[in-house]
Amino acid sequence: MPRTLPLLVTTALLVPSTVPAQDSAASAQVKRGEYLVSIAGCHDCHTPWVMGSDGPEPDLKRALSGHPQDLTITAPASVSPPWSGAMTPTSTGWSGPWGVSFSANLTPDPETGVLSDFTEQQFIQTIRTGRHQGQGRQILPPMPWPAYSKMTDDDLKAVFAYLRQIPPVKNKVPDPLPPKQ
Amino acid sequence: MAQVIATAPRLRSGRSHRPAAVEAMLVLTFGMLMGAPAIPQPATATPPPTLQETGLYADFGTLQIDPTHLAFAPQYPLWSDGAAKRRWISLPPRTAIDASDPDSWVFPVGTRFWKEFSFNGQKVETRYLERRADGQWLYAAYSWSADGREAHLVSPRGKRGAYTLAGGRSHTIPGISDCKACHQGGRSEVLGFSTLQLSPERDPGAPNAELRPEPDIDLRSLVDKGLLAGLPKTLLDSPPRIMAASATERAALGYMHGNCGHCHNDHGSLRNIGLFLRQGVEAAGQPAIASTVGHPVKKPAPGQSRDAVLRVEPGHPERSGLMQRVSSRYAALQMPPLGTELVDDEAVALLYRWIAETQDQRQQANLAPKGE
Repeated sequence: MPRTLPLLVTTALLVPSTVPAQDSAASAQVKRGEYLVSIAGCHDCHTPWVMGSDGPEPDLKRALSGHPQDLTITAPASVSPPWSGAMTPTSTGWSGPWGVSFSANLTPDPETGVLSDFTEQQFIQTIRTGRHQGQGRQILPPMPWPAYSKMTDDDLKAVFAYLRQIPPVKNKVPDPLPPKQ
Repeated sequence: MAQVIATAPRLRSGRSHRPAAVEAMLVLTFGMLMGAPAIPQPATATPPPTLQETGLYADFGTLQIDPTHLAFAPQYPLWSDGAAKRRWISLPPRTAIDASDPDSWVFPVGTRFWKEFSFNGQKVETRYLERRADGQWLYAAYSWSADGREAHLVSPRGKRGAYTLAGGRSHTIPGISDCKACHQGGRSEVLGFSTLQLSPERDPGAPNAELRPEPDIDLRSLVDKGLLAGLPKTLLDSPPRIMAASATERAALGYMHGNCGHCHNDHGSLRNIGLFLRQGVEAAGQPAIASTVGHPVKKPAPGQSRDAVLRVEPGHPERSGLMQRVSSRYAALQMPPLGTELVDDEAVALLYRWIAETQDQRQQANLAPKGE
């Protein structure tokens, strides 16, 4: 029994210092993720924009919640050459040769957040391959995944960690629409 | 109206530049129109620039295949829009495949595979896999010239419009990342060359079954040639076949094994979906039935009808989620999501029949007198 005492003391000394270190690392990762989300332009499409006093600005009350479910769109935009596409005033609905795409709800809402079923590995693979969960359907334009696919694993993990802890927003983004036949 | 559950005091980073999004739209629209499927993973080595240099042929002038390579045909082939396919494997001298884990064979360094795709007698592409000294697999695809005399390495991004198919569609030679999306979805990167696929107990009802090459290989011949080591003797004495309630079910499960199981299995990164369509020769029970029949759809895909609440609803193929996805080629809904542009009508008919008959079997069970 006396032989175990030094071990217990050592453990007791180590535990309090270890936990804050882990917290600190996780916090740094989330901070890094927040920074990357801010400079990579994620809010440009995944946060609905509204008209403010200084012009269009992201509505941070609905940050990263994707295309608003109450903004109904039923068909691609009709545009004349030389135009080939259009977007909604919220900057969340995009019409082009691929049909209409709606930006995804990236918040951790368990019911409507697109990432709720994603593992960290699937998130990384999604950005690397441009396919849903890394192996499924193609992600539609204008999601600039070819550029983001160059990010390091650590950076993508940081983005994922950040997105997992932002405030959840319940918002069911509609399905994409096919192009006009 | 979107319901905000919590406000966003921590989200300080929202302001950004709208021009970036507009630019992204333009760049990606252009990329989509020009056919830019995916960014490749880093390659472990550079493939030879021509198919000839991979060593498939003894004489490229006459297109005579090196006779030391072994031709084979899996019993449950992958649907590739009706392409006729030929396949070969080459093992380095005095080496053998380790089959001691019959569900995940280990191939020796230097193993090479080729798969040739032809439409209407015209060779379009040949895909190539090679196991490198570092243990990684090298992926490459070669595109044939229209006269069938040359085959050159395709860009890692793939090649769209390689052959015109029906309905305004065209065959795409996949990019490397799309190759890996399927080949790296389970325990072994080699697909179509496995214990079940080479079982001598072949399924006569397998959809799109191919003519077997002459000479063909199976588990027994591989063992006899000394090319397959460690395979449990029980699998030679009693060759594996899919456990099923009927011939239709056996063929349906086999089709899903060959076309879906490389991603939907219990080892790959999609295992959290809980859809297990790969058949394991040592697995207990029938996970493919348990994870489909009467199993709720986890999250409906875009374009899926609202009444498709089950992956497989016995007796109701038309409102089974699995059926709707296999029957579609709308990009957001179709299954498989890549590698095919045309619906596999033979497989759709088979799956439809299987789901319809599943109801019949249950009704018969319910009608049977108790105690029988």
